[in-house]
Amino acid sequence: MAGRSRRLAPYLMVLPSWLWLLAFFAVPLVLMASLSLQTGNLVDGFRQTFRWQNYTDGLHAYGGAFARSLWYGLLATVLCAALSYPAAYWIAFRGGRRKTMYLLLLLLPYFVSYILRTVSWKLVLTDNGPVLGPLRGAGLLPDGFHVLDTGAAVVTGLAYAFLPFMALPIYVALERMDPRVVEAAYDLYASRAQAFLRVILPISLPGVLAGVIMTFVPASADYVNAEVLGGPGDTMIGNVIQSEYFDTSAYPTASALSFTLMAILLLGIFAYARALGTRDVLEAARP
Amino acid sequence: MTRTDPPLLRGLTRPRLRTPAPQAASRRDFLRLAGLTGAGAALAACGVEGQGGKQKVTTSDVQKYWSGKARTGTLRWANWPGYIEDDRATLKAFEKATGVKVTYREVIQETAQWFGRIQAPLSAGQSIGFDLMVMTNGIQLEKLRQLGHLAPLDHSRLKAFAANAGAEYKNPSYDPGNAFTIPYMSGITGIAYNTKYVKEDITSIAQLFDPKYKGRVGMMRDSQELGSFGMFLLGVDPEKSGPADWRRAADRLRRQRDAGIVRKYYEQDYVDAVSKGDVWLTMAWSGDVYSLAGPDVEFVVPEEGGTLWTDNLCIPRTAENPVDALTLMDWLYKPENIAPLTEFINYIPPVPAARPLIEAHAREAAGEEKADLERLSASPLVFPAEADLKRLRHYRRLTQVEETEYQKLFEPIPKGS
Repeated sequence: MAGRSRRLAPYLMVLPSWLWLLAFFAVPLVLMASLSLQTGNLVDGFRQTFRWQNYTDGLHAYGGAFARSLWYGLLATVLCAALSYPAAYWIAFRGGRRKTMYLLLLLLPYFVSYILRTVSWKLVLTDNGPVLGPLRGAGLLPDGFHVLDTGAAVVTGLAYAFLPFMALPIYVALERMDPRVVEAAYDLYASRAQAFLRVILPISLPGVLAGVIMTFVPASADYVNAEVLGGPGDTMIGNVIQSEYFDTSAYPTASALSFTLMAILLLGIFAYARALGTRDVLEAARP
Repeated sequence: MTRTDPPLLRGLTRPRLRTPAPQAASRRDFLRLAGLTGAGAALAACGVEGQGGKQKVTTSDVQKYWSGKARTGTLRWANWPGYIEDDRATLKAFEKATGVKVTYREVIQETAQWFGRIQAPLSAGQSIGFDLMVMTNGIQLEKLRQLGHLAPLDHSRLKAFAANAGAEYKNPSYDPGNAFTIPYMSGITGIAYNTKYVKEDITSIAQLFDPKYKGRVGMMRDSQELGSFGMFLLGVDPEKSGPADWRRAADRLRRQRDAGIVRKYYEQDYVDAVSKGDVWLTMAWSGDVYSLAGPDVEFVVPEEGGTLWTDNLCIPRTAENPVDALTLMDWLYKPENIAPLTEFINYIPPVPAARPLIEAHAREAAGEEKADLERLSASPLVFPAEADLKRLRHYRRLTQVEETEYQKLFEPIPKGS
């Protein structure tokens, strides 16, 4: 009896997560795949017609939004990496006993709701607001210069929103590093730059690579920043999908677009993991 | 399976090895096969069922809906920002008169977006958390009616509406016989501009397309509002327009966008943008400019025309307190109740008898308030004269086929494609 329950135990333990995945991931995914091939409208209903054109139509109409999303996602990721590496480095090596507090300070803004934070930027960046108003008054800004409703505002908004997803994996990778390795580099007459480039950076790279995925994927699928901080030329694919679902109730188009986005991101991640090796990427997630 | 398959056990409990055991492959094959079969079956399954409900309402429908429903003493009302006094005086008066406690939320910013939020729970027969909501006559209200999501109104309990509503507010084309809705307020879509930045008089829609205001123009995201303004510019009456007009208007609006003239397509947040000076001139709703915008913002009805629309009170079919909602709807139609509300929100009340009350109030008032009330009672935006009404146009009612075509033309414009 005891032997049997021991054999069953692992199944029983994973059962809840399997059921969870089934109910909230697998089933909706299949339903959405089905929906993406249907035709119709909300009032008369949608019928399965296996209309693959939903996909080509979507790509044709919103190809620009796809390209823009990936481009903005990439820019935001690079910005995130550039901003968070020095911060993570400083906390990991110079933080001393206060490391935890510095980390907390880094994360503190993220205790506030995402939407609220984004909308606050709108108040800060408005044309005659606390930042641009005085600068304009001092004659430092060219005529018609504005930040709000531009692509730059969207990209920086994205970088701000997803910063911790980059900073934390980098921090973990740096923090875990054996300081003796760096000491050894110095013992072998490495300069500070050499020690960084040939020892510290390669060891922390898995953290950066994990951070890149964790930032790029949500950033390029985001719609809040483009909605709040962007103008008509900055629409990302997330906005299109959101509006096709909720504003026009064009469920098949929205599903087809979602799947296209998912395919692009999955292929991207796959290629990325292939090129760099999954071990490196998963490395940072290991305790 | 009598014994546990060891590879399966490993697979479930340990990190996957870099080279999978051969047995694991067969398990994966099985899963893949099962998954594909399931997916195939689901893909082929019939689509989402059409929910087109009945649009003709009979007395028995009304009886069936209202039988057994009683007042509960609570009411949850979803409305647009700026559509009631800041201090909620109207709600307090209603609570005092009827004892019904009202929870009031300004959750509606745009009709399409609101429709998207309530559509799923309504078609699942679930409560949307509100017993009363305000919907503009237009595509989404039409859909709610077609889908059968609205409660048929019991006109035996709408005595004040019958007695006091203006003739043009009864039996509107978008809701024959007021079967599901009665008007809350009407308003005009025109142009608001900030006099601090715009150094000329704005009189026409053509000025919204003037390259001089590059990056300083706000347009509305709502496809009916946006499309109508495109048609006004071309001299077309939106109500009498056809697909050829739509295409020309969409093309013109797209060029306006691509020339960088439009800074952003707004929901109701245009008020904030024009008050702060992020945009200098923008499409706007008449009353908002008085109740929400800053002191430098002016509103005009353009010479090409403006849109006259009506926001309607309606009860979602799944409401938990429909009788209380109906009570409020009728209560608002007493002139003495809607007059103070009009004084604050500056929209067009559907009760003509409210005007003399406001005029009388203006005579009694003093100082700044008197000037305000006199302006209001003489305002063509709140009490439009016949001549003004001639310049105003309505949305076009669209059939399902037309709506698809219309949306395909105008709906991508704010999305930048």
